[in-house]
Amino acid sequence: MSIIGATTGELLSRLERGELTSVELTTAYLDRINQVDGKVAAFITVNGEKALRQAADVDRRRQAKQPLGLLAGVPVAIKDVLCTKGLKTTCASTMLANFIPPYDAHVITQLRNADAILIGKTNMDEFAMGSTTETSAFQITRNPWDLDRTPGGSSGGSAAAVAAGMSPLALGTDTGGSIRQPAGFCSVVGMKPTYGRVSRFGMVAYGSSLDQIGPFANDVNGAALLAQVISGHDGRDSTSVNAPVPAYSQTVNQPLAGLRVGIAKEHFVEGLNPEVEQTLRTALHVYKSLGAEIKEVSLPHTSYGVAVYYLIAPSEASSNLARYDGVHYGHRATQFSNMIDMYATSRGEGFGSEVKRRIMLGTYALSAGYYDAYYLKALKVRRLIRQDYDKAFEQIDVLASPASPNPPSKVGEYSANPLAMYLEDIYTIGANLAGLPGISVPAGFTEAGLPVGIQLLAAPFEEEKLLRAARMYELATKWQGQRATL
Amino acid sequence: MDYTTIIGLEVHVQLQTNTKIFCGCSTKFNPDNPNVQTCPVCLGLPGSLPVMNRTAFDLAVKTAIAINCQIARFTKWDRKQYYYPDLPKGYQISQYDLPFSHDGWLEIVINKETGEKKKIGIIRAHLEEDAGKNTHDETGRGQDSQVDLNRAGTPLLEIVSHPDLRSAQEAKEYLEELKLLLTYLEVSDCNMQEGSLRCDANVNVHIHRDGQKIATPLVEIKNLNSFRNVELAIEFEADRQYRQWQQDGKTFGQVNKETRGYDAIRNITVAQRSKEEAADYRYFPDPDLVPVTVEEAYLQNVIDSMVEFPAARRTRFIQQYQLSNYDAAVIIDQGVVFANFVEHVAKICGDGKQACNWVTQDVLREMNDRKLTIEGFPVQPPVLGEILKRINDKKITIKSGREIFLNLLNSEDLSTISVARIDQIIQEQGLSIVADSGQLEAVIVAVLAKNAKAVADFKGGKQSAVGSLIGQAMKEMKGADPATVRELLLKKLAE
Ligand SMILES: [Zn+2]
Repeated sequence: MSIIGATTGELLSRLERGELTSVELTTAYLDRINQVDGKVAAFITVNGEKALRQAADVDRRRQAKQPLGLLAGVPVAIKDVLCTKGLKTTCASTMLANFIPPYDAHVITQLRNADAILIGKTNMDEFAMGSTTETSAFQITRNPWDLDRTPGGSSGGSAAAVAAGMSPLALGTDTGGSIRQPAGFCSVVGMKPTYGRVSRFGMVAYGSSLDQIGPFANDVNGAALLAQVISGHDGRDSTSVNAPVPAYSQTVNQPLAGLRVGIAKEHFVEGLNPEVEQTLRTALHVYKSLGAEIKEVSLPHTSYGVAVYYLIAPSEASSNLARYDGVHYGHRATQFSNMIDMYATSRGEGFGSEVKRRIMLGTYALSAGYYDAYYLKALKVRRLIRQDYDKAFEQIDVLASPASPNPPSKVGEYSANPLAMYLEDIYTIGANLAGLPGISVPAGFTEAGLPVGIQLLAAPFEEEKLLRAARMYELATKWQGQRATL
Repeated sequence: MDYTTIIGLEVHVQLQTNTKIFCGCSTKFNPDNPNVQTCPVCLGLPGSLPVMNRTAFDLAVKTAIAINCQIARFTKWDRKQYYYPDLPKGYQISQYDLPFSHDGWLEIVINKETGEKKKIGIIRAHLEEDAGKNTHDETGRGQDSQVDLNRAGTPLLEIVSHPDLRSAQEAKEYLEELKLLLTYLEVSDCNMQEGSLRCDANVNVHIHRDGQKIATPLVEIKNLNSFRNVELAIEFEADRQYRQWQQDGKTFGQVNKETRGYDAIRNITVAQRSKEEAADYRYFPDPDLVPVTVEEAYLQNVIDSMVEFPAARRTRFIQQYQLSNYDAAVIIDQGVVFANFVEHVAKICGDGKQACNWVTQDVLREMNDRKLTIEGFPVQPPVLGEILKRINDKKITIKSGREIFLNLLNSEDLSTISVARIDQIIQEQGLSIVADSGQLEAVIVAVLAKNAKAVADFKGGKQSAVGSLIGQAMKEMKGADPATVRELLLKKLAE
């Protein structure tokens, strides 16, 4: 059986049985990166040498029969928004093009403790702002299923890396759908945990009240395992929740009896691509055939989601990105006339246009005289949206929807119309505003062969239920085994 | 010149925590080694997150209770956004619309003789993080400016008073009382040189004309780095505003609030670039920090563990030790260690009034002469108390007590100062008051026998002759009470 394209579970058992060493495994993935990343451009930094050293160390300890972590010897690709000690962390921005963090993000520490192999840092939209991975200052990542199309974003590099078989696992971050949407576009599994489930320490902030780190994998079991490794309380993040982490990987294969799958009537709106809608309806049939009950619920404030998100996220971003001023670290202009000009020129040169657009939006929304009308009102509507979900989850276990209303866009399609791109976030944003866990699972392809994903959401801290529901679907369909050919 | 000065003070106090408010870095004052007390959090590195230091919050609550503030049951953190090189995140974590405390007061003594008091209202007290420190090249040669972030993230308590202060003197009293309270509570060392207490003053004047009250435009004076400068700056500024009004007639509301800095060398205030017009801090709740809720039991715990406040102690001293307002103030205003010293002495000697007198006169005088602190004073309460006790018990005279006190202070080896040493000195120098009248009588008889001429003089009507006889008897019996000696001597002479 081939290494490339194997699931995490398969790789782990081959490693455990001694059929394969981590060095062989890591070498195979590094070779694969060498072969195909020229076309896909998923990686900003390939951590080859260190990854092989790490792999050799795991092999040595395995031979010595020393205890090993849950992901011992398995490569994980890391979105370049997560700080890695001694390894460049750029956020795909000129501003941080040469930034080498002096510390590891909490999730990186967790990966190291689990003996995972950090294979490289993946491309993304600049500072995670975008839905196509086109706003990266360095490169445009291509969708492995159709190189003329985007992999989605902002975690497009991580999604594409898994879809192209360059890593069995990857970490992404999700502020408004940045894991779930590219997972759908690339036909891989991507999960955003409950807000507070995973420590944000060491994740370069975009929208702090929305950001959450989560796994990509080529099957639900891999996602469950990676989610289990990175979850848990961390005293360095005040919003990290101190609640025990269930062993997701132990229960994920148990089907749920009496599963209630909800659909929201507000989700079937104009602008929903008919092929995507059909995919969802087919998925609902699958659940029905597995004994689930399909229930229609109402999320009356759905239509405000995009507006609320594009006030809250840019407001927080305008503040979070104020630290990139060229004074202490990061890009500083070489030509300036005074202190104010140094700030303006450094930031003007260091940030791309989408980042500037969102900083402007947020600065405006927080300004005196506008705060009440925009930011404060957005917070109020956010509460209403959360209440919608609370009510819905009294009647259902998971809510099913498309991951995004349309299949992946062509490269450059949204460059003249960012608003159209913002509207594509309609199905994913709610989970961030309400802090809910969500997962995107491959659900088929359009006639043109473009991947379509379905999204499942659950109540806060119901990741276990979410993963089991997703796994039921995955086992009942043939989409998991499908691999992009490059 | 008929006007009243109206003053409100904003005081920033660095709280005495070991670590910074949102990270584990040390808060030590360390200007000589810049940027060594820093970490990703206080450097504002990408991905770093703040975590509230509970001790800083506890100290802040303790202070707020001591200045009679209401403690909010729900409080949150906000970001105050502006660009400056000493502010690495581009925002300061502070508290905006829901400070943890509000609506309190501090009582100050406005007349030390009469003890007349006045309540100064406190609008709010909130917590925030301190910024770093910029050092600019001041040679004018265009050298680099430098930033030291050792101070960045030090917990700061901002206490904002109502404009209830009516003179520069009152402003100074308020600051002194506040400083005394903060040091009593051990929440801050209030060292103005090191910047642990900083003050801005909002000043204007109300001019009285034809039964009307005319208010001048508001001015905020910054850079006030000593209590004396606060006083001088306010005095200057009030007069300047009066003269300005005479010139242009501009009144409150017609001009924006102005920021002025105090130039201590020229003793004037100078207009500064005004932030008030341009600045929009775009405050919003910090999403990285969870709001803080305060439970009743927690508050009760803080209240129960509170020390006696200076004002209460002043009142108690007046009653318990029968002190004047002035004397009580002298003791309390010296600080908590000094007041504790007095009380410790009082407890041992059993006479509060006597303890107060000795400590405020003899101890304070020697402290000043010898440039000593009360903590470093060689004769500590256990010894001083025993000296006074011996005076009270009429074992030695007051004069002998002073001699022993000075003798101990002048000890070459300070470690020899002890209660045992007191008795040793009494013994060596025969300072013991001789209660045995038989022994004293024998001495007097001997003195009379030796001084037949003086006796004859006295008997011949020369009253003054008795003086030399007493002197001689005292010389023989060092510890004798002069009054007793005199009485006994006269009795013998009369025989
Ligand atoms: Zn620090």
